[in-house]
Amino acid sequence: MSVTLTERAAQHIAHFIDKRGKGFGVRLGIKTSGCSGMAYKLEFVDQALDEDLVFDSHGVKVVIDQKSLVYLDGTELDYVREGLNEGFKFNNPNAKNQCGCGESFNV
Amino acid sequence: MALLQIAEPGQSAAPHKHRLAVGIDLGTTNSLVATVRNGIAVCLTDGQGRSRMPSVVHYREDGGIELGFNAMSTHVSDPRNTIVSVKRFMGRGLADVTHIEAMPYVFEETPGMLRLRTVQGSKSPVEISAELLRALRERAEASLGGELTGAVVTVPAYFDDAQRQATRDAARLAGLHVLRLLNEPTAAAVAYGLDNASEGVYAVFDLGGGTFDLSILKLTRGVFEVLATNGDTALGGDDFDHRLYCWALDHARIAPPSAEDARRLQMAARAVKELLTVSEEAPFRLRLGSGEEVDLTVTRADFFGMTRPLVQKTLVPVKRALRDAGLLPGDIKGVVMVGGATRMPHVQRAVAEFFGQEPLTNLDPDKVVALGASMQANALVGNRREDDHWLLLDVIPLSLGLETMGGLSEKIIPRNATLPVARAQEFTTFKDGQTAMSFHVVQGERELVADCRSLARFELRGIPPMAAGAARVRVTFQVDADGLLSVSACETSTGVEASIHVKPSYGLTDDEIAGMLRSGLEHASDDLAARALREQQVEAERLLEACAQALATDGELLGEAERAPIDALIARLRQLAARDDAAALSAGIAALTRATEEFAARRMNRTLRAALTGHNIDEL
Repeated sequence: MSVTLTERAAQHIAHFIDKRGKGFGVRLGIKTSGCSGMAYKLEFVDQALDEDLVFDSHGVKVVIDQKSLVYLDGTELDYVREGLNEGFKFNNPNAKNQCGCGESFNV
Repeated sequence: MALLQIAEPGQSAAPHKHRLAVGIDLGTTNSLVATVRNGIAVCLTDGQGRSRMPSVVHYREDGGIELGFNAMSTHVSDPRNTIVSVKRFMGRGLADVTHIEAMPYVFEETPGMLRLRTVQGSKSPVEISAELLRALRERAEASLGGELTGAVVTVPAYFDDAQRQATRDAARLAGLHVLRLLNEPTAAAVAYGLDNASEGVYAVFDLGGGTFDLSILKLTRGVFEVLATNGDTALGGDDFDHRLYCWALDHARIAPPSAEDARRLQMAARAVKELLTVSEEAPFRLRLGSGEEVDLTVTRADFFGMTRPLVQKTLVPVKRALRDAGLLPGDIKGVVMVGGATRMPHVQRAVAEFFGQEPLTNLDPDKVVALGASMQANALVGNRREDDHWLLLDVIPLSLGLETMGGLSEKIIPRNATLPVARAQEFTTFKDGQTAMSFHVVQGERELVADCRSLARFELRGIPPMAAGAARVRVTFQVDADGLLSVSACETSTGVEASIHVKPSYGLTDDEIAGMLRSGLEHASDDLAARALREQQVEAERLLEACAQALATDGELLGEAERAPIDALIARLRQLAARDDAAALSAGIAALTRATEEFAARRMNRTLRAALTGHNIDEL
């Protein structure tokens, strides 16, 4: 089981952590939001917790809690630019459908 | 598809609940908008990658409006309807504006602020600034993929209450929620992280395109106090271009240029100046419309020589500000450079020599004010990191007071009081049997009311007739975090009260603002309601579908008694979705979401068990 970053995503994350001045890595996760909906979580990590798993992808530490991994296994995190907007995008093979904005999904 | 940004630990927003905040540098020449993304402050760019937007608004005859770079070309062809440097008119009357006769505009004097007559009718500086702010808001919303929660807008440290109020009104008119107005030098200091630094006195050296400002800030316990400001409203990067231009005319031995050629030469001069910042010499080469050719080479030494007097001129306000603050150059702990013209190496060297230390230059001087404002905005909407507990406070730039007998100003709140602040003082009647008092609120440091700026007048009536000096009238001045004032007066024995929110005599009244907002919203409100309904319908469909699917696969997780109310809510929501009552629909969505929370949790646990069965923990 694993979760990966694209090289571009890894470069951006490394840059953001560097600018932020501290940070162990990046946390991917999910949280429930309403009926069968789940939402992605993307945060800086200062310290990994006991229930966390840590992957290394292109030199960046990816931290994920075991519950979330079930839903995120095989996910690739990409960094993309769409028009004026830019940011991270989850390519999650487990998601069966997404809400129009892509911020929440269900399995 | 929304693109996600990395949040601080534990700060991930719920879907569609991102707290988007921006900082806006509404400048005389250029304006910028910045935000904090993935923990870093960045300026947002337009479709062509440009972060600055020239502060220019062109009102077209056909009712259209052009802004920024698109409006620059009409600066020459249609000067009357192309408004540049509108910031100089904010909160000002005709009498306040210098060199008004040299400007191409048709001014109207109206009570309060001046107005400009354009082909699209009479426009107040507030409305013109709102056009610029609206464009920046739209850029930010396109870049961030959502509506803004709020914005911090910067103003010069020397702006008085009327000018601040006008700026705030413009932001409101542009549909921005103003979290706070922030002094520009303070924003620059924040961008450099000085607000987290140890306490001390800092200088902010701001050499823009056309103006120079020097501010001395004192940081104590997270509060920036403006000790002194000084400057030169007619000194900036453009003057350096002009020296180069004159030098080129001297050396190229060409005929006096046409207006068109003069503009080309000026543009070339600016390019040469910028090149000299990075290289030792630069070619000054162009072919003129007259057929003549200019082919010169400028060395850094030449350029420094011809502009040395300008650099020396910047030090005059610096010395004055230090003298006002009672400080020596050695007392300054750090110098922040702001404005594109501070990139010039000889300007940096002069500043370094004067203060005896290298100035801070590692942030882009054109962006530093917007960046600092965005950091403040980010903190104010609650996206702060755990170890950031700073609460940046600002101060009153000029004392606030009341007119007392004899035309004297009695100061109630002294300048540099930290915001928000409330102060009260008791006054009494002057004559026997006096039943009313009139209050005149003024702002300024001078003793005579005539020398201060008049902000507002109001009356307290219904004081019971008493001997002179027997009535007790408590006057309370309150200034909110944006530096805006409300004043109330209360006769303590009877409780009669009067109060006023200071819409300074130079600002717009609430009615005027409301009127402008209304006319702008007249159609927008219909569109907005339709859009809200449509959004709710989409959300309802999504929810109904998700529930149907979940019930089909995991329906047995629910007992019959649990299932019935959910089915009822689903049926109800289906009915609501077919009608056009957005509020009822929203309530229906919320009800169903609440009712299915437990179900969702059970489903999640089941999936989890299924996924974990047959694996031992080491495999994960």
